[in-house]
Amino acid sequence: MTATTADLSRIAVRSSRFGDIGAILLTILTIICAVVWFFPLYWALVTSFKYENDVLSKSFSLLPEHPTLTAYIYMLTHSRLLTWYLNSTIVAVSTTVLVVLMAACCGYAISQLRFPGRKLLWWLILASFMVPVPALIVNHFIIIAGVQLLNTYPGVVLPQMIAPVTIIIYKQFFDSVPRDFREAAVMDGASEFQLLFRIFLPMNWGVTTALAIVTFIGAWNTFLWPFLATKTEDMMTVTVGIVAVQDAFGVYYAKLLAGAVLAGLPVATAYLIFQRRVTQAITLSAGIKG
Amino acid sequence: MLKSRRNEILTAAVLVAPFVAIYGWLFIYPTLQMVQLSLTDAPLIGAGNWIGSENYAQLLSDKIFHTAVWNTSYFVIMTVIPGTAVALAIALMVSRLRGWAQSIILAAFFLPYVLPVTVVYVIWDWMLNVQYGVLQHLITPIMGQPVNVWRRLPWLLPMTALITVWWTNGLSILLFLAGLRNIPQEIYEAAQLDGATRWQVFRRITWPLIWPVTVLCLTIQLILQMKIFDQVYLFSMGGRTQATMVLVQYIFDQAFVHNKGGYAATIAVALFVIVIAFSVLQFQALRARSAQ
Repeated sequence: MTATTADLSRIAVRSSRFGDIGAILLTILTIICAVVWFFPLYWALVTSFKYENDVLSKSFSLLPEHPTLTAYIYMLTHSRLLTWYLNSTIVAVSTTVLVVLMAACCGYAISQLRFPGRKLLWWLILASFMVPVPALIVNHFIIIAGVQLLNTYPGVVLPQMIAPVTIIIYKQFFDSVPRDFREAAVMDGASEFQLLFRIFLPMNWGVTTALAIVTFIGAWNTFLWPFLATKTEDMMTVTVGIVAVQDAFGVYYAKLLAGAVLAGLPVATAYLIFQRRVTQAITLSAGIKG
Repeated sequence: MLKSRRNEILTAAVLVAPFVAIYGWLFIYPTLQMVQLSLTDAPLIGAGNWIGSENYAQLLSDKIFHTAVWNTSYFVIMTVIPGTAVALAIALMVSRLRGWAQSIILAAFFLPYVLPVTVVYVIWDWMLNVQYGVLQHLITPIMGQPVNVWRRLPWLLPMTALITVWWTNGLSILLFLAGLRNIPQEIYEAAQLDGATRWQVFRRITWPLIWPVTVLCLTIQLILQMKIFDQVYLFSMGGRTQATMVLVQYIFDQAFVHNKGGYAATIAVALFVIVIAFSVLQFQALRARSAQ
């Protein structure tokens, strides 16, 4: 008995001593990889705080020698960046509100109500997972042009509203709400709308926040459709704007990168603040229990 | 009772109406219209003549279409398996850490994923600028001279693939981390008591248990990268785009540059069929797995 314990502790000591060196090396490797991975973002930030002359110097320094906000001030005063910001905010916020509201209503109906066509609708939603939306750009353009909505906010938002995953996630969460809640509320004479907005949605606020954040990030980042649907500079989103007028800046990288930093700032901040929610929404969308 | 049943149906109709309207108008209708358009010689906006399967015959012998199919496959090969392998390695490294250290390191790896593609483009265009790009300090010793990556055909797609892995890997990393967290800790403790080495633990425990997530990441990436457009379009802007054309880019090119709506729709149908074929395969694979 004592021999076994001694054996066990010896193995434990050996493996932990061996593990210590390996663990330290692995941790160092992890940090190096993370630094390398993050470097492009860091370098973009550093460059955006330089004068254009310093940007084009051949020498390499990790910090700007003469930090300045010139590039930012130029972008905010001499480009349409603020207009694009406003456009992006309008487009991303309306897409988020509409997608979440539509998905919650539809997910609730499929989960809690019995109506003809329910099965068919559910299968259509599942099947639409497979459809490559970029294949539809030509026809989206024709349809949106047909109703005279090109170069308008609704025209940019509408085709982005197809988000079957959101409905699937809502349905799954509503399915798991205990039957008792529903029955008790129905006994008290609550209507279906009250049930949805007073009980089912508040019980699942976490999911709603998570879905809203990733929908917002997605809508802010979309490139292809806003690129096709906006024609004039004053209707562009910031994602499209910073490259559409690139020629106007030539090789002025500090300005370009200041624009890029400002364009990425809202989504990067949203992620850093709501890290846990973003993770939850992404793992849910892929069908893994988070 | 009958009244409440009718009420239920009415409420359901009101609740699903917005979705059904949008879905019908901007999803089912354009899909059908795409097929119909592919059988005409219509311009982007306006009516065309019915020409039957002529577009499809042309597509089969279209050199640029072949290039686009090849480039898309090339891009998929360069991103899907290498990207997933890198993501697994990163997830294994990150999962060893705890608390705030894990949050910070994970954020460094994940942050690129939440950025817009144009931001990624501006950053890497600058990193690789032929005169002043910081990465030319690495390229010059190897190649003997600075390389204008976006104007040298053999470089463009591989470099875009590398940047894509850097940009989109956050998704796979998160999925792997969730998968690793679901592996019961007791199994590892038992292995440690048996004196298993780090490699044995990975090979015998982690790898088989994480395999379902690996398959999931591979298929998600496969479907995602088949629809590649943004990065390739941006990085090849102003260059010889025909040689590095990918499928979605060819749809865009025919419809919006050459004003050939009918032919663009034909390419779109081809993409549609390819992606759905792979999705069905994926679905079958997933079902087969869950049946086990």
